Amino acid sequence: MAGSTHASPIVEPGKPAPSVERAYSPRREAWRRFRRHRLAVASSIILAIMIIGIALGPIIWPVPINDIDFSATLQGPSLAHPLGTDDLGQDLLARMLYGGRISLAVGLAAMAVAVFVGVLVGAIAGMSRGWVDAFLMWLTDLFLSLPTLPLLLLIIYLFRDRLTATFGPEGGVFILVVAVIGGLRWMPVARLVRAQFLSLREKEFVEAARALGASPTRQVVRHILPNALGPVIVAGTIDVAAAIIAESTLSFLGLGFPPDIPTWGRLLFDAKDHLDIAPHWALFPGAAIFLAVLTINFIGDGLRDALDPRRVL
Amino acid sequence: MNEPLLKVTDLKKHFPIRGGLLQREVGRVHAVDGVTFEVEKGETLGLVGESGCGKSTTGRCILQLITPTSGTVTFEGRDVTKAGADELRALRRDMQIIFQDPFASLNPRMTVGAIIGEALIIHNLAKSREDHEARVVHLLETVGLRADHMRRFPHEFSGGQRQRIGIARALAVEPKLIICDEPVSALDVSIQAQVINLLEDLQAKFDLTYIFIAHDLSVVEHISTRVAVMYLGRIVEIAPADELYARPLHPYTEALLSAVPIPDPEIKRKRIKLEGDVPNPIKPPTGCHFHTRCPIRQLPRCATEVPKLELGANGHWVSCHFRKA
Repeated sequence: MAGSTHASPIVEPGKPAPSVERAYSPRREAWRRFRRHRLAVASSIILAIMIIGIALGPIIWPVPINDIDFSATLQGPSLAHPLGTDDLGQDLLARMLYGGRISLAVGLAAMAVAVFVGVLVGAIAGMSRGWVDAFLMWLTDLFLSLPTLPLLLLIIYLFRDRLTATFGPEGGVFILVVAVIGGLRWMPVARLVRAQFLSLREKEFVEAARALGASPTRQVVRHILPNALGPVIVAGTIDVAAAIIAESTLSFLGLGFPPDIPTWGRLLFDAKDHLDIAPHWALFPGAAIFLAVLTINFIGDGLRDALDPRRVL
Repeated sequence: MNEPLLKVTDLKKHFPIRGGLLQREVGRVHAVDGVTFEVEKGETLGLVGESGCGKSTTGRCILQLITPTSGTVTFEGRDVTKAGADELRALRRDMQIIFQDPFASLNPRMTVGAIIGEALIIHNLAKSREDHEARVVHLLETVGLRADHMRRFPHEFSGGQRQRIGIARALAVEPKLIICDEPVSALDVSIQAQVINLLEDLQAKFDLTYIFIAHDLSVVEHISTRVAVMYLGRIVEIAPADELYARPLHPYTEALLSAVPIPDPEIKRKRIKLEGDVPNPIKPPTGCHFHTRCPIRQLPRCATEVPKLELGANGHWVSCHFRKA
């Protein structure tokens, strides 16, 4: 420190202002930075195409998903069936367009539940310390140590009938699956957020806010949370992937959606017995899951970088 | 004499050390161990001492960023340590802090305008959006930055400029007292001078009172009206700056001053070298905290009897059994 004459190009007062006009809305600035992230932009476009396809699918490709045709079983891609058919001669493209709605919706909703619960628990634990923190971390450890599968069985046997009676077969199972997957995946997020909070709350800029008289809510919302979000976004995008895959496991065990609802995971599991004669059957749903997960991950990366003004983009 | 602006009486902060299975208290760090001093309106009190002697903790206890273990802090006649939430919020407008590390003290995700404007929002100081922006611009210009800097992020600035942003943030609430916690220690020497000059200009302009925490004795001599020397959680000597530098009384102050580098290799002088290290603040020495390293100690008195901080001639306070002002 003392004695060093570090020659840094410092613009100290008195120099004329540079003429560069800057975009000053932080949101617009984040959008500009996001657009610089090529992979994230490409991923956004691919994901948007997938979502539009899923949303408009039945209009563009008006083939019923359960139209059985035994004259055309296990066929590869053709003009009549662009993605081929399954062992009952059902059109795979139609089934995938329909199932994609559920797979993506489950993935995104479960991620939202996991991130929301995780951030809430982690933030409360990190801010309160003392016995509240100890209790919440004990709860987190408890959830981490729970055997997932027996618990899933129990919850689904207990609540499935009641929920399907109220919300219909798809709606009821959707709520159940989202709640179960989200409710069992918030723990890593909670631990991440708590760790970030513990280190950030001692930072000088948070102390400065406290010295200015900022309320604890303001300290969290304006100073601590925005600086803790980077790892949370990444964990959230990983959760989307995990939820899509978890849903397929549930469907496979007969605990998720009924077998006649062709989610991507369901299609994949149905296809596994015919891998040698009809690889396309597994390939297309697999590719769809892969693409969805990959693009969401890249978008997460792009978001994280765009929201961090320190990164040069 | 008038009522002092700030009066600190027997301030103590002990940090508990917890250990073992039940997290029981197994020891205490005596960070601040009975500090008493007063600050007059308009003066600059320099607070010096080596790392870990409790300077910064004292500053944070005054601001109630850390709750003191015991003792009182009286600001304009009100006891800050007993202030309720609302009263404390009002006090935040009167007392502010400037931090040491200009890289850690600004939120990296907020624009400079948002950082400086936050105080205005918290205390509802701006009448309208235009007024808010005008005030932020005015603050930026007051500390020697430009209006268009408000749209930038902290990482786009140099250390000296960031420190100016930190100063503007503290000034936003129009405080009476600013605690400067080593505000120039992290800066280059040339920039140190600029920031010190800025602080002096602002003091004259806004009638500010400073508590200037530092370990650089020449900086403190330059800016302070009075200087307090701390050792291991206690103040050993307080005197007007000229008096202290010309006539140090406490053996610790003598040793500190003899270690200030003089930028002239021809000058020879006697260095007072202290033996050993600063004792562990978890188990501070009995009696006078300095007796383990003191060149003029007389046992057993120094090891058993705590010397009082006593006022002598020329406003010179010293805490030693054998040296009196």
